[in-house]
Amino acid sequence: MAPRRSRETLIAAVAFILFALLPPVASAMNDTFFVFFAIRVMVFAIAAVSLSLILGFGALVSFGHAAYLGLGAYSVGILAEHGYWDVTISLPVTLLVCGLFAAVTGAISLKTRGVYFIMITLAFGQMAYYTATSLSAYGGDDGLTIWGRTEIFGASVLGDRTTFYYVVLGMLLLSYVIARVIVASRFGRVLQGAKQSEMRLRAVGIDPYWYRLVAYVIAGMMAGVAGALLANAAEFVSPAYMSWHRSGELIVMVVLGGLGSLAGSIVGAASFLILEEVLAHFTEHWRLIFGPLLVLVVLFGKGGLTAMLGGGRKNG
Amino acid sequence: MSATLLAVQTLNGLQLGILLFLIAAGLTLVFGVMDFINLAHGVQYMLGAYLAVTGYSLTGTFWGALLFGVLGALVVGLVLELLVFRHLYDRDHLDQVLATFGIILFLNEAVRTIWGSTPLTLPMPDLLSGSFELMDGLLYPVYRIALIVAGLVVAAVLYVLVTHTRAGMLVRAGATNAPMVAALGVDIRRLFMLVFGFGTMLAGFAGILAAPILVVEPGMGDNLLILAFVVIVIGGIGSIRGAFIAALIVGLVDTLGRGFATDIAKLVMSPSAANSVGPAIASMLIYLLMAAVLFFRPTGLFPARGG
Repeated sequence: MAPRRSRETLIAAVAFILFALLPPVASAMNDTFFVFFAIRVMVFAIAAVSLSLILGFGALVSFGHAAYLGLGAYSVGILAEHGYWDVTISLPVTLLVCGLFAAVTGAISLKTRGVYFIMITLAFGQMAYYTATSLSAYGGDDGLTIWGRTEIFGASVLGDRTTFYYVVLGMLLLSYVIARVIVASRFGRVLQGAKQSEMRLRAVGIDPYWYRLVAYVIAGMMAGVAGALLANAAEFVSPAYMSWHRSGELIVMVVLGGLGSLAGSIVGAASFLILEEVLAHFTEHWRLIFGPLLVLVVLFGKGGLTAMLGGGRKNG
Repeated sequence: MSATLLAVQTLNGLQLGILLFLIAAGLTLVFGVMDFINLAHGVQYMLGAYLAVTGYSLTGTFWGALLFGVLGALVVGLVLELLVFRHLYDRDHLDQVLATFGIILFLNEAVRTIWGSTPLTLPMPDLLSGSFELMDGLLYPVYRIALIVAGLVVAAVLYVLVTHTRAGMLVRAGATNAPMVAALGVDIRRLFMLVFGFGTMLAGFAGILAAPILVVEPGMGDNLLILAFVVIVIGGIGSIRGAFIAALIVGLVDTLGRGFATDIAKLVMSPSAANSVGPAIASMLIYLLMAAVLFFRPTGLFPARGG
């Protein structure tokens, strides 16, 4: 266990140092694209870490996780539309909306197992998606433009690109640390134990249902924060944030990075988006390459990128 | 809401249900027999429609397009089985979801590359254009009636195949307990190829039937796939009967909901509120239905699995 944990720390440390160094390097190169791109990577890394918490450690294949990105983004967008810009309002609202949605849908979804769980989370994701497309007051299908960024105690500090960058980085670090503390706690061990043998847990008098539900709610709220940041980064909110393709992509990021590794999810999100960006640079039909690549990774790349980096984890 | 409108919407609902059944049948059997989640089943529906468009430009007739589309979808499906799917049977659901997700990305993009992003149309056969007068003042297109009939015929044939033939017996047995069937000496892989090929063809057939009344565009199978999953989850995985009943329920609930939710909402709230709430509720209805069914019956209405 120990070497694996130190490898996890090493990967995370390297990732965070690279993220921290990027803005000065980019400004030295006079390149703004990388900063924008890295913000996007970090936002999706937060969402991937949150999904990793339930997927990698609880074996809960949620196929509706993009809904929380959208709920967080719409919380910010709709509040802004009504003139509420401050983080002291938008953050609690985001957490509340996502937490409630996760609590209600999770309570129902977690009654089922396996493929039924995948499908029912997908169904709830679709519900959120269709709700967003029918919000004609907030742009409906076309989405909603937000004329500015969230303010912090009345000051529009996030308008500055570098400040915004480091706020996003800070949120990623916070999410990672929270997830890691959860995984290492007694609570996290129950979650992982339920993945291995539910019956054994029940035998010692623990009902994993509540543990799973709490983890599900935490993951939803974390992804909601990612959504709120995404809305700020793009200054735009769209139902497309919640499409089931997006949920699929989040799963890909987590699995690409390696199941059961939080730092891996950050690496997975980064590799996914970089690959997408690079391929899209060569051809607009980048999915023609990306799709088969994904199939090959599934067929031959057991254990994800972190396992390849460390070369340690055995198959299975 | 007049009686005529209700009749039209009911027929449209049946028609959507029939299409959903054609897609769900293959999906549910593949899942029931091989425990395999195939997200790429929806792209077979899309491929059927696109190949039919090409078949039409080659032959100039709807029937040529139909043949070309069905056979083309079958070939693509079998090639995919050979190249990818058979390596995934023993993997967990997550791997299957990921790999078939990759196939969706690829095929959607391939279609966009080959046929372009602009929506295409497939002309109706002359024989089936025009309308019936079902009752006073109710004209209903012949093609849509034909679609319902064709779907019902296929459903009947499928029913006979599954319940009255040896292959069908093995499929049913496989859906209930695949390891046991394999232990009895049945080549379950070949059985699966049979089921898979047949399912692929049905999905392609559904796409071709839908092509003249909907537009043919990239990604058109994605939403249908989700609906088909809703159908098989409500019906009970592996159950053809469950898929049939659930498909009709979903088709009717979805269509009638879209047709009347706003009107019903107007009974209890202001017209402007109803106009924004109605469509939202309408598109959520089937997901609410699914959540409710799963809440009370976690394995669907007609579960096929023994354990």
